[in-house]
Amino acid sequence: MHSKQSKWLWAAAIFVYGFLYVPLIIVVAYSFNDSKLNAEWVGFTFKWYGLLLHNEQMLVAARNSLIIAVVTSCCATVLGTLAGLAMHKYKLRILPILVLTPIAIPEILMGVALLIFFVMLNMTLGLVSVTLAHIAFCIGFVAIVVRSRLQGMDEALVEAARDLGASPIQAFRLVTMPLIMPGIIAGALMAFTLSIDDFVITFFTAGAGASTLPLQIYSMIRIAVTPEVNAISTLLMLLTLTLILIASKVAPSALRAK
Amino acid sequence: MAKNKSLGRWLISGPPLLYLLIFFAIPTLIMAFAAFRFPGDYGGLLPFIDINPESGKNELLIHAGNWQEFLTFENFSRFFEDTIYVELFIKSFWYAGITTLVCLCMSYPLAWLIARSPKKYRDLLILLVILPFWSNFLIRVYAWMIILGPQGYFAMTINQGLALVGIAPIQLMYSHFAVIVVLVYVHLPFMVLPLYANLEKHDVALLDAAQDLGASGWRRFWKITWPLSLPGVWAGSALVFIPALGMFAVPDLLGGTDGMMIGNLIKQQFLDSRDWPFGSVLSIMLTLAVLMMAGLGMMIGRGRQRNAL
Repeated sequence: MHSKQSKWLWAAAIFVYGFLYVPLIIVVAYSFNDSKLNAEWVGFTFKWYGLLLHNEQMLVAARNSLIIAVVTSCCATVLGTLAGLAMHKYKLRILPILVLTPIAIPEILMGVALLIFFVMLNMTLGLVSVTLAHIAFCIGFVAIVVRSRLQGMDEALVEAARDLGASPIQAFRLVTMPLIMPGIIAGALMAFTLSIDDFVITFFTAGAGASTLPLQIYSMIRIAVTPEVNAISTLLMLLTLTLILIASKVAPSALRAK
Repeated sequence: MAKNKSLGRWLISGPPLLYLLIFFAIPTLIMAFAAFRFPGDYGGLLPFIDINPESGKNELLIHAGNWQEFLTFENFSRFFEDTIYVELFIKSFWYAGITTLVCLCMSYPLAWLIARSPKKYRDLLILLVILPFWSNFLIRVYAWMIILGPQGYFAMTINQGLALVGIAPIQLMYSHFAVIVVLVYVHLPFMVLPLYANLEKHDVALLDAAQDLGASGWRRFWKITWPLSLPGVWAGSALVFIPALGMFAVPDLLGGTDGMMIGNLIKQQFLDSRDWPFGSVLSIMLTLAVLMMAGLGMMIGRGRQRNAL
């Protein structure tokens, strides 16, 4: 490679990395700024984090988000693991389509379809409808991670267990399950983050009943830019970063799947 | 034994299949059906099952004989009668197209550089591209609201610069520019990843051979690297174009009055004016547009690949 060429490439790459990170650094930096405007740097403060702790609406939204994410993560992990197993083991026609289309289409389509569906069933929109919707779009992501883990597994191990007299269930519990465990854990963490971050589908299925963190942030930034949003954003980024670190310890390959 | 096997098959694939049928397939079909229905008395959708005035019981009101009272093409004709809807679709295609192009131009050098850097750094460099993408979508949009806002350093610097050459200050927020910058920002990793996955597999020996045969740098790129990378280009373009096309939050927060996209109109029909049948028509049109683009992308991708070989 010519050095002149590579200099240009490096310049372009540094520009892109800057483009990716500078905005987020700005959000974090202003969360410590002692001014109501996200403009001039006035001084360092933890004030906005303190205000968050007393913001009743925000706390309720955080609690809702957490409940939805935990329930979604549990259910989507079970259903997604089953889907991943089924897609790996059998030649199926309908299941892969149902698993993969929700990921491929714009989110808004699933949001409005579920809105019509829940209202038709006379369901009150709230925590339950949001959770049901989240599970539906998380199944696919878990299934993909689990399936890619299964594809890397040595099929002969299960056969050996069966030859040695293990029942199919025993073979699954004692051989397959431990081997794909990192994939399952990574899938669960992924479902958790996807659920806690989701805005579009939540927006349509939450109704007036249940606010979540993204919905709360949305309604706040629609009205005005305030450092409280920077503070909650910083905390959310920390949470996501922690989950990614855990995921990268458990299953490094899973990080690429999204 | 065979019976046992199919039982296992159903036990494994049954639960996710059932769940996705109920919470994805059926709602989508209902939405498709709703496009041919009327809005309810108080907005929303006219119920399919209602009290029959004659018998006083809950009944499904559609029969073979009276279908015209219950199904209509009016919502579809409304879409084509007024040009504003088609224009909005064209504008959204335009936004998504420019976003895809800008993403491609920004991602290609980066993906190439990562693919050619020493193996031990590649995973880290790629992780650095994905990492911001894991932060909440709204936070990433909000970051740009700070930057482009009239009090931000960036907007102030630009306007001071413009003032020096005697141009009146411009507003960066609530403009086409703002919508496209943010659409690029939230979709960029979708382009980098498939491009990198493709470029990493290229055989460097091909480039060396071309160089030995006297091909210049640009020639080597256009004759070898670019044609070979087309599958990655198409995959990345689909991953950026499709979600960008259906976006509603970005134009909502940063687009101002004339920055609307299809997503905003769909949201408006469902949540503000509550005309669900027309909202469903718009959603169907968006689905068709997505399918069309995906199909087109696959066709071109396949054709080009064949030509390249």
